[in-house]
Amino acid sequence: MKTVSLEKRTLPHRLGIGGWAYGGRYGLERYLFILHRIAGLSILLYFILHIFITGQKINGKQAWDAVMGSVGGTWFYIGEYLLFVAVAFHAMNGIRLILSEFGWILGKPKRPIYPYQSANMRIRVFTWIMMILAVIIMAVGGFDFFLMH
Amino acid sequence: MSGTTDSYKTNFTETKDIVFKIFRYEPDVNPKPHFDTFTVPVVKGWTVLDAVMYIKENLDSTVSYRASCRMGICGSCAMEINGKPRLACQTQVISELRSKEVVIKPLANYPVLRDVVPDLTPLIEKHADVRPYILRKDKKVEVNPKGELYQTPDQLEEYLQFSYCIKCGACLAACPVTGADVKFIGPQALTQSYRYSVDTRDDGFKLRLEVMDHSHGVWHCHFAGACSEACPKGVDPAFAIQLFKREITARKFGKEVEPARLARQPADVKRRENIPYAPEKTVKQ
Repeated sequence: MKTVSLEKRTLPHRLGIGGWAYGGRYGLERYLFILHRIAGLSILLYFILHIFITGQKINGKQAWDAVMGSVGGTWFYIGEYLLFVAVAFHAMNGIRLILSEFGWILGKPKRPIYPYQSANMRIRVFTWIMMILAVIIMAVGGFDFFLMH
Repeated sequence: MSGTTDSYKTNFTETKDIVFKIFRYEPDVNPKPHFDTFTVPVVKGWTVLDAVMYIKENLDSTVSYRASCRMGICGSCAMEINGKPRLACQTQVISELRSKEVVIKPLANYPVLRDVVPDLTPLIEKHADVRPYILRKDKKVEVNPKGELYQTPDQLEEYLQFSYCIKCGACLAACPVTGADVKFIGPQALTQSYRYSVDTRDDGFKLRLEVMDHSHGVWHCHFAGACSEACPKGVDPAFAIQLFKREITARKFGKEVEPARLARQPADVKRRENIPYAPEKTVKQ
């Protein structure tokens, strides 16, 4: 007779970092969450690089000129604009998050009557306005970066 | 009128072949997780749970799932259906999913016991951690109050939405932070903590802060809103968590809330005659 073990043998099913990096079939705010993190990490990376590069001034003019020469190419210029894009998005989405994470614009709790409307859906128009503002800032920045210089 | 009735009958007897891909994990038979595919003749009006039951009864009796009430009350049948955590009993196959293939997986972020049955222990433990019941400094009032506690209808509305949670666990499966941080309390427990903390009859706000007010608590929620999207009862956990952040901040800046008082029996009122008394308690306290 075949016996079956009563010991609980479970299969781990934690999504981990892949879980936050993949938005799947969720809505706009789920994707803004991913972009906000990526933009934030990019700004942090730039900040570390910025401190390192400007810190070369301590080593004299020669070291300063050498490091400035290595970051002056076209790709770094495009990278600088991408950083500007990240800052514009992070700032506009950050304003939305500050206002909503303290519950200031989310309204009051309501009895759940089908079809349900989440607080995120109630402020969806505001979310789109902030994103459009971010895109306008990116466009103005792009004009200044690539056409004025 | 007869035409309407006829079309009604026709719609409910026509079948449509839908392919169901079901996640399989049978630790005693085959510990390697895989998918099994079944073709089910789905009738209009069938839910995913109906289809899974059809598979178990007609195609493969070893398919395991958890279900009970079949009407979105018990929360047992939550599973990942076509990439989103949903209640199988409330998900219409034809009119809602609109797909020729339905992929069913167990809820993410929980260990899998078998097939699409998750081990909900993390949910229950986190729920217990936030002490989801009325706490009072005066234990006599907490355990055996001698009267009602005052609460206005407006005060009731402050938490009522969040008290509809059925503990299905869908919100934790949807939450991207829960997936990455094992210690994160999670949307279900945070919402229940808020539900009791703003109940005017409760006096346990400071006690619950030990679990809520730290980096794995309320402040680790980044308002992705996936939990509210997944919630099948419209509880809106993401909303409750943001309100909780506001309340914690307000209390840190000096806001004080007195818990509701016990209603006193009016002294000068005489009980009218012919009003029957409540029956005696069947359970001795």
